[in-house]
Amino acid sequence: MSKSSKEIISKLGPLIGLILLIIVVSILNPSFLTISNIFNVLRQVSISAIIAFGMTFVILTGGIDLSVGSTLALTGAVAASLLAGGFDPILSMGIALILGLILGAINGVIITKGKVAPFIATLATMTVYRGLTLVYTNGKPISGLGDHASFQLFGKGYFLGIPIPVITTLITFGILYFILHKTTFGRRVYAVGGNEEAAKLSGINADRVKIAVYAISGFLAALSALILTSRLNSAQPTAGQSYELDAIAAVVLGGTSLNGGKGWIFGTLIGALIIGVLNNGMNLIGVSSFWQQVVKGIVILLAVLLDRKKSE
Amino acid sequence: MIEMTGISKAFNGNVVLKDVRFNLKEGEIHALMGENGAGKSTLMKILSGIYTKDAGEIKVDGQPVNFKSPKDAEKYGIVVIHQELNILPDLTVAENLFLGKEKTYGPFGILKNREMDREAEELLSKLGLHVNPKTRAGDLSVGKQQIIEIAKAIASDAKYIVMDEPTAALTDREIKTLFETINELKAKGISFVYISHRMEEIFSICDRITILRDGQYVGERNIPETNFDEIVAMMVGRELGERFPERQCDIGDIKLEVRNLTVKGLFENISFNVRKGEVVGVAGLMGAGRTEVAETIFGYRKAHSGDILIDGNKVSIKSPIDAMKHKIGYVTEDRKTKGLVLNFSIQENVALANLKKVSTSGVVKKEKELSLVNQYIEQLKIRTSSPKQSAKSLSGGNQQKVVLAKWLGTEPEVLILDEPTRGVDIGAKKEIYQIINDLAQAGVAILMISSELPEIIGMADRVLVMHEGKLTGEVSKEEMTQERIMHFATGGEQVV
Repeated sequence: MSKSSKEIISKLGPLIGLILLIIVVSILNPSFLTISNIFNVLRQVSISAIIAFGMTFVILTGGIDLSVGSTLALTGAVAASLLAGGFDPILSMGIALILGLILGAINGVIITKGKVAPFIATLATMTVYRGLTLVYTNGKPISGLGDHASFQLFGKGYFLGIPIPVITTLITFGILYFILHKTTFGRRVYAVGGNEEAAKLSGINADRVKIAVYAISGFLAALSALILTSRLNSAQPTAGQSYELDAIAAVVLGGTSLNGGKGWIFGTLIGALIIGVLNNGMNLIGVSSFWQQVVKGIVILLAVLLDRKKSE
Repeated sequence: MIEMTGISKAFNGNVVLKDVRFNLKEGEIHALMGENGAGKSTLMKILSGIYTKDAGEIKVDGQPVNFKSPKDAEKYGIVVIHQELNILPDLTVAENLFLGKEKTYGPFGILKNREMDREAEELLSKLGLHVNPKTRAGDLSVGKQQIIEIAKAIASDAKYIVMDEPTAALTDREIKTLFETINELKAKGISFVYISHRMEEIFSICDRITILRDGQYVGERNIPETNFDEIVAMMVGRELGERFPERQCDIGDIKLEVRNLTVKGLFENISFNVRKGEVVGVAGLMGAGRTEVAETIFGYRKAHSGDILIDGNKVSIKSPIDAMKHKIGYVTEDRKTKGLVLNFSIQENVALANLKKVSTSGVVKKEKELSLVNQYIEQLKIRTSSPKQSAKSLSGGNQQKVVLAKWLGTEPEVLILDEPTRGVDIGAKKEIYQIINDLAQAGVAILMISSELPEIIGMADRVLVMHEGKLTGEVSKEEMTQERIMHFATGGEQVV
């Protein structure tokens, strides 16, 4: 077998896994395949997928971003409070997105200029951002966001019969896919993750690339905060807890290496779908929520083990 | 005595060894030579049980053997010391020596540390290495680490030791110590397989040589009965002609000038210049600060003081990006850690320093990228099935050419080459020399750092010699001899 066809098969592994999973779930409970359930799954997946897209960029550079869940909570709370205060919805959403971008960039600056390991830096900011959320909200949910159509539709609306969060996810995916695979910036992301020293010695500003990927990650966390806040019509100070782990799981399930430099964003989309279908499927089949966690963990482990086997 | 006959091996239908023979007598040093990809490593991996052979026979002292793992080979006293040493830097010398064979009180794994320390010290001093066994192994020089590897082999009763490019990272003094150690062990009946690209070393230490080409046995010679030219001809299968191709060059104005460049603790007051069309060699022992000077000129390190001038104008270079703006290129010393992104294809590696060139408003244009890489694959004779082939799977010589291609793509006017032919086989070496000549003829100012004196003497118009962070001498083409360069490299008194 030629090397490239081998590569394609290994890249399609997660997709095959997803299809098998869908078949199994549909056999066990045919109601999985109803339009309303599929939209339900996709709406849920949209929030985790968008975060996982950002995580893919970060992980490709060899980093990790544990702060995404807290960033989601803080940006969601800020958006909600602005809306509740009668701010223009578009402006409120824009402010939340920019805040996400800044929170992410702060991670990047700590990591590059402060030379702190990404795990430690984002572990710290995860706690700080969560704390700030609690301070900002006084620990209480923010509701009464008004009935601005533009904001309400963002999480709950439909366009041509398709849920808007799903459309948002697909558009985001398309843009990020283009950035990662077609632009010089994308190439630099892979280069920094593949061999940072060689990248720097080839005239690549590795620090700037890293700050940018964390900023992207923060921005995307804010984007999913808006979807979540709109769907719930409120912002919870505890929102997004452990979302970073689901995002990392989606990236890894999609075949991206935690060592950086290797992987692709399409895999992450599939990884997020696998987790979404698994969650939904187990609910439909009636697996207890305690057992669901066990199963999810085992699936992640199996996927990684299979991937190891293949690459040997 | 080891006898290997009719050894064949294929990977996925790709024949890498075909009917190869090799034998190793008691107490001899047997060189194994061949260009990269000739099958030396595969043959030795079969001997040491890392790979299994498809066909053929291995006999140790007349007994047919069949190794399934390195453990099997070790039982027969066969040990390989790889080019990348197997030393754990954070463990002590003694801990490294006894790794996996620790001495314990009873079955519970309680370590006899004192006993192991004492034995390690004894064993190492027998090999001429006097170190505290409690020293952290990573704090020792590569040469000393190599001796520890040999000691490890001896501690496991090795009778046959395979050394793969043992001197690649050693200083001349360390090489001398290593050779003394090898010769002493040889006198005790231990045999060595010596793999190296350095012809001088093979002639100075080996007894016999076996040559492979394209996975096949070419011949075997006793060292005293052969010569450089014969071996090269056997390796490449043709007469190679002059080792260093001729260069006709008009040397022009001063292109790069460095004045009193200093990085505290690494080097100080380095001043020199390189003219257009000139190849200036930089010689010195390992650790003399040559690479550090190159990295500073290229903006990868920060200078504490001193000036860099291009075309007579002072320039400020704070990062490789600045250096590249001034048309400086830097082909790094270690292509695997500093030169290439190994996961990347040839095409992506070549594009890495040329992303602006192959893109339009930030979008990479595949056709531009492809035409750039194809141009250099042709010009530099990079042997590959496709520009999409990953850099990892290329031989050393081809990897080096990819790094060169990356920099040629930037159309440099000053090119710094750091050990441009290390670990590169002899045929590719000559091609790289030809590329350097072509560049000089096109007016590029070339600064070539090299630890191989014949290469410096064969290629440079002028040579700068460094010793412990200082420029200790400059030698012109006419007075270039190994002795004269070594005089300065070892700290000879005469100052420029």
